[in-house]
Amino acid sequence: MYVIDAKNLTKVFDHETLAVDNISVKVKKGEIFGFLGPNGAGKTTTIRMLSTLLKPTKGWASVCGYDVVKEPGKVRRCIGIVFQDPALDEQLTGKENLDFHARIYGLSRNSRDKRIIEVLELVGLEDRANELVKNYSGGMRRRLEIARGLMHYPDVLFLDEPTLGLDVQTRRAIWDYILKLNKDEGITIFLTTHYMEEAEKLSDRVAIIDNGKIMVLDKPSNLRSLVGSDVLTVGCGNCAKLESELKKEDWVEKIIHHDNLLEVYVKRGEGRIPALFKVAEKINEDIGFINLRKPSLEDIYLHFTGKTIREESANTSERMKIMMGGRRKR
Amino acid sequence: MSSANLQAIYVLWLRQMKRFLRSKSRLIANIVQPLFFLAIFGFGFSSFRFMDNLEYIDFLAPGMITMSVVFSSIFAGVSVIWDRQFGFLKEVLVAPISRLAIVIGQTLGGSTLAIIQGFIVLIIAIFLGVDINLAGILPALIFMILISFFAVSLGLVIASRLEDFHAFQLIMNLLIMPLIFLSGAFFPIQSVPDWMKTIMLLNPLTYAVDGLRGFLIGIFAIPVYINFIVAISLSLSLLLIGAIAFSKCEV
Repeated sequence: MYVIDAKNLTKVFDHETLAVDNISVKVKKGEIFGFLGPNGAGKTTTIRMLSTLLKPTKGWASVCGYDVVKEPGKVRRCIGIVFQDPALDEQLTGKENLDFHARIYGLSRNSRDKRIIEVLELVGLEDRANELVKNYSGGMRRRLEIARGLMHYPDVLFLDEPTLGLDVQTRRAIWDYILKLNKDEGITIFLTTHYMEEAEKLSDRVAIIDNGKIMVLDKPSNLRSLVGSDVLTVGCGNCAKLESELKKEDWVEKIIHHDNLLEVYVKRGEGRIPALFKVAEKINEDIGFINLRKPSLEDIYLHFTGKTIREESANTSERMKIMMGGRRKR
Repeated sequence: MSSANLQAIYVLWLRQMKRFLRSKSRLIANIVQPLFFLAIFGFGFSSFRFMDNLEYIDFLAPGMITMSVVFSSIFAGVSVIWDRQFGFLKEVLVAPISRLAIVIGQTLGGSTLAIIQGFIVLIIAIFLGVDINLAGILPALIFMILISFFAVSLGLVIASRLEDFHAFQLIMNLLIMPLIFLSGAFFPIQSVPDWMKTIMLLNPLTYAVDGLRGFLIGIFAIPVYINFIVAISLSLSLLLIGAIAFSKCEV
């Protein structure tokens, strides 16, 4: 039984714009599932369909075992969402925002107060709870929204670009909260991001999505091995000799010789470092340094889509355009 | 209606109360504007006499109460645009509550605020020496509720169609201001040319203003039961239209 089960999910806007193209995804209970792709790839549209805010043009999806089209009320009760754009009332305090949420989700008075304290502690906002949200920093707002998404004990939490526009430090803190609540509360998390590092750090499985299609879906480590080998960069004095010696080893796939370093392509790089030293010892060659580089999701992304993920800064205006365009359509 | 929906209506209402009390500028603007109108026009036209030697400020006061209720209600309805722009509407729409509950909560909140402001203007009017019939306040309250239901719903309908606040300014100037000017709030319907009278009789606010004036000052231009029937049927049908318009809106 899957918490999220989508089959051939498709969304066409205005009979012409194909935003999501035949997506099929199954997410297991307790999993952190990452949706990685550039802006405009169809990530948010997919979340909107799964959270019942948009009706699919074609295909079918169930969340928590309920059909998103036929039983939207039941789906809404079992999911929590943190939207890409902030969705807080700035004129209310943090606590009042949580109380509002608790009431529209029908929590009883006792569980309301208890839960507000719990989630505030989880995201470390208990000291600022009675301040107006308009005085919160970007990171605090994000944390409050995550706390709010958890208020009604959802089975699944949707996080749409949870760290977009935040500084590195805040981003790391939010990652820690996400990992903690996945571990402590056992919540299944469906997250979208266009940050490689984020998808890699958080997700148990990653789907790379581009132009509304899933290009590839697997564990980050499997994706890596699909793309290729690790690279050991070796600093050496007599590189030519070391190179010819290494070429005799069957675990070495390829060597590229630069002036005084070698790039050695191998599988499972960390396990080959001792062997590399042994070879060097045999010929009395000193090794200056060894650097191990694993293919990142960036390389994987490049491999599957033939292009690099665009940088965030270049994208803000584009995102605005997409948002505005989307608004006009409605 | 389920208890979750009732709870939702209550908290939507509560949110508007809190926001209103925290927004000092809105509070001041809503009191100062009708006060200016009432004091400046009321005393400015003090040498004029209307129908049976009525002082102009007495004639004007019910109209200014209506204006204040209408402005504040429309604003409450249209504020949904703000919620959409600031993203908060998504938080409400994704909750497991019915769209009707959202419309009712928003309407009750807006109406409560509008009536509070109507009463503030009423009190100001009494201080300015307007001769208010105290026994008429309760029936006048009913008319104020009907006006506010009408105007909040109108605001919601506008909000469900509008994308941003620039268009709202246009609507205010092209729709709401003429509605107010042609409602008999500033001058009596009996004294205008026939073509204008026809337009005024097509304006729902005319009946609201007349009803309010009848109860507060004691002068009806239109039979009270007609005022009442028009006000109640229009406010209820607009409430329905508002609910339908809102239920179709996607974020």
